[in-house]
Amino acid sequence: MDTIYALASARGKAGVAVLRISGPEAHRVVEILCGSVPPPRRAALRQLVWDGRVLDEALVLVFDAGASFTGEAVAELQVHGSVAVVQAVMRALGAQAGLRLAEAGEFTRRALENGCLDLAQVEGLADLIDSETEAQRRQALRVLSGAIGQRAELWRAKLVRAAALIEATIDFADEDVPVDVTPEVLGLIAEVEADLRLERAGSAAAERIRDGFEVAIVGPPNAGKSTLLNSLAGREAAITSEIAGTTRDVIEVRMEIAGLAVTLLDTAGLRETEDKVERIGIERAIARAQAADLRVFLMGDGEVVGLSPAGDDIVVQGKSDLGGAGVSGKTGQGIAELIALIGARLSSVTQGAGVITRERHRLAVERSIGAMESALHEIENGPQRAEFAAEALRRAVRGLESLVGRVDVENLLDEIFSSFCIGK
Amino acid sequence: MKQFDVIVIGGGHAGSEAAAASARKGAATALITLRADAIGVMSCNPAIGGLGKGHLVREIDALDGVMGLAADRAGIQYRLLNRRKGPAVQGPRTQADRKLYRLAMQSLLAAQPNLTVVEGEVVDLVQDGPRVVGVVLKDGSKIAARSVVLTAGTFLNGLIHIGNVKRPGGRMGDAPSLPLAERLAALELGRGRLKTGTPPRLDGKTIDWSRLETQDADDEPVVFSFLNKGPQVRQIACGITHTNERTHDIVRANLGLSAMYGGHIEGVGPRYCPSIEDKIVRFADKTSHQVFLEPEGLDDDTVYPNGISTSLPAEVQEEYVRSIAGLENVRILQPGYAIEYDYFDPRGLTAGLEVKAAPGLFFAGQINGTTGYEEAAAQGLIAGLNAAANALQQDVVRFSRSDSYMGVMVDDLITRGVTEPYRMFTSRAEFRLALRADNADQRLTAKGAEIGCVGPERLRVFSEKMDRLAVARDILESARFSSRDLLESGLRISNDGARRSGFELLAFGEGAQDAVEALLPEFSALDPETKTQIATDALYAQYLHRQQGDADLLRREEEAIIPRDFDYDAMSGLSNELTAKLKRILPENLAQAGRIEGMTPAALTLILAHLRKAKRARISA
Repeated sequence: MDTIYALASARGKAGVAVLRISGPEAHRVVEILCGSVPPPRRAALRQLVWDGRVLDEALVLVFDAGASFTGEAVAELQVHGSVAVVQAVMRALGAQAGLRLAEAGEFTRRALENGCLDLAQVEGLADLIDSETEAQRRQALRVLSGAIGQRAELWRAKLVRAAALIEATIDFADEDVPVDVTPEVLGLIAEVEADLRLERAGSAAAERIRDGFEVAIVGPPNAGKSTLLNSLAGREAAITSEIAGTTRDVIEVRMEIAGLAVTLLDTAGLRETEDKVERIGIERAIARAQAADLRVFLMGDGEVVGLSPAGDDIVVQGKSDLGGAGVSGKTGQGIAELIALIGARLSSVTQGAGVITRERHRLAVERSIGAMESALHEIENGPQRAEFAAEALRRAVRGLESLVGRVDVENLLDEIFSSFCIGK
Repeated sequence: MKQFDVIVIGGGHAGSEAAAASARKGAATALITLRADAIGVMSCNPAIGGLGKGHLVREIDALDGVMGLAADRAGIQYRLLNRRKGPAVQGPRTQADRKLYRLAMQSLLAAQPNLTVVEGEVVDLVQDGPRVVGVVLKDGSKIAARSVVLTAGTFLNGLIHIGNVKRPGGRMGDAPSLPLAERLAALELGRGRLKTGTPPRLDGKTIDWSRLETQDADDEPVVFSFLNKGPQVRQIACGITHTNERTHDIVRANLGLSAMYGGHIEGVGPRYCPSIEDKIVRFADKTSHQVFLEPEGLDDDTVYPNGISTSLPAEVQEEYVRSIAGLENVRILQPGYAIEYDYFDPRGLTAGLEVKAAPGLFFAGQINGTTGYEEAAAQGLIAGLNAAANALQQDVVRFSRSDSYMGVMVDDLITRGVTEPYRMFTSRAEFRLALRADNADQRLTAKGAEIGCVGPERLRVFSEKMDRLAVARDILESARFSSRDLLESGLRISNDGARRSGFELLAFGEGAQDAVEALLPEFSALDPETKTQIATDALYAQYLHRQQGDADLLRREEEAIIPRDFDYDAMSGLSNELTAKLKRILPENLAQAGRIEGMTPAALTLILAHLRKAKRARISA
């Protein structure tokens, strides 16, 4: 039985987001991410660490099999409700062996199968499912009517053709079919695989377009970060003062830049400090800034400790009202230029946006690419591995079912019979 | 009035297997056929097995059925198809001597305890309410039974076409069973019309064999039955020739005279078995088609030209056949013909092939819209076992998509129905790597013993084989090798520091078995058959592991039984379209429901929820 996970709370920004994990591996995963498993039914604060990185500080709650919503071992991670945090944790979960993203309604399904829902809940399920199917229908319509629909159609046709060619050499070996279908099959798979790789590369951007970008303002203390944030936001979102280290927590402001949803993050000034509370603030600032899509380094007098600009990051001088070039939140000098620059940098990211906008789709594409690689490998191994190539291709197609729809054996047979004169 | 537990109507491939299976399971069984000496007649091509089909024969054999045994007594040209591909897609096949096959089947049935062969024509069924409780013969006599298996073949409203000449009939020379067809019409089962065709039969003495290429039998023949080691009769070669432009011109010029193209046929023919007319129309750019000249027997001069079935008038058949190399002076013994027949929508059947609307009545073979001897026999086996189970008040015998091609076929038929004559292909089986011809016994013989259809001799052979495999497995599992050991033995493996068992090593494909034998003399000393089998098992082991999750899920869903009277209307949240489909198909379990077109995971959850609710309501009541 697979262990499944999903975001249990609504998507988007919120105070708290709840990720739910159910299945035999649930507790082990908590141990991997948190270092230890809290006693059942007792909330405990834990750092979620994956790949050497602190993802977030979360309230962790585990339930034993037989005493949970699904009847299986369950873990709940209550993390900060930021899109970036949720995405990071989801990715960490997706990377665990034996875990996969839950299908629609799968938690409920497992609860049902394990006899964990009472009659009233079963009655109530119909409405829930009704709305779920409606949402799915709308989503499917959206996906299929747009660009992804056209591409998916193309992929589907190519995959059906590739699978049919291999199946023809297997099932009609004693017939008059051309034996060497290898070049065509290799070509078809390579084309779809290349497309999917592009999609995967663009999926992060597409996800951002939907969920919004995060832009972190970082820099040494007292560089004017909070004043800049307030100026950008057009309101007093952050407390400002002349005292270095005023900002301790990460402050978020949602706004629109160049037509894109952007969450601006104001962070604690980066410096060496003996102050315990300030140090926590700085650690948090660094973690969030690293996870952000873009960083604006607002330079002041001191050095920036613990973080340095990379890639598209923007570096500007702060407090230009005190003289020199740069920006000033106080006078508004350079603000329009900075906004334009942020907009330009983010827009350049969206150029590569694919049609895949969902984590579920991204994982599906990932699985399929893996399967296509083994299909290519098996085909190159020659006809004696044809059934393994066919199996890999079948997995690739199944992985893409959520995108291209179901490819049935009848589709393959249609393709075979319309292409080859089969039959003695 | 005579009384049996089970009556099987029809002595073709479905009927023979059904009667034998029912009798093996311990039911007093009668096989009623028009002529006892026509039992086991091969009415179409003289061959058994092939891809998917060979798998079915092996499965029948694993359950101690008769088709594999009869085929081995008649096999005159064994060829293992896909020999150069992996064992999962290798299909045993043989040309069969028609007469030997027929005689073999008749003697196997004669030797079967609990089985009586009755000559007669069944003209009616006896019903008690909807339940079928017996049959009426043409002479007016009645025979009572708890279960009746109908294997009508092409005899239901059969119509033979040769050009524009048509006449009622089942096979050539046999009368159709019109009264029975009328009786079945009264059951109001969904019904459709299919078509199949045969080529003209040729006189082998008039073929110029010296001009033709030949295809020999395999040097190392692979036979059907797990009880047999090699062929039992002399092996022969088949001839190969090709149609040419002139052949095609003749066919094209006479298309209007063809029953198919003259608009005389309404039934749908199989796409994978097209007539010569079809081939020339649909693949107009192909200038030549292969024709296999298959001798019908060791002491029979009749030749079956596989690849040129037709419904053209007899004189046109002669003209186009004689345009083919080697056949210039050939004499046609019997013209080719197309035959149309009725089938009933198999979605009206349970997984035991029982007619939902008429309990006690079971259908197998072409009546369910399938084609092929092997497909018919496999259904016969399932229907026979279930007819016996019904008569003896035992559990329904089910096969799953995850345990057999038989399970795949029955599920395809009862869930999706047919649009053309249904034939087995390996690509239909999603668990193809697990469902191999070589392991049909490992998959099914123990299950067959539980069902009660496997005799002591079969069981002994099987358990000895399993013991040998267990010994081999032990030897392989108890030895572990580092990658360095392996490099020395010549096996190319990445030096990853992992220690692998002998069994794991066998999965490394070419050269692996030699390397393991070099490393493990104890394994090397085992008999070749055991070594080959365990190497094949090892080759697929990791894939089976990967598919296990899917197979487990399938099994759980199959265990969620949906009662026949389940009230889909009482469920809110299902679309009208889906509700209508569910009510028409009446899936037996959640797995079957899930394969209905348009089904969503959410809708399945809803059905499951209501199943739970109903179950709890029953428990608390």
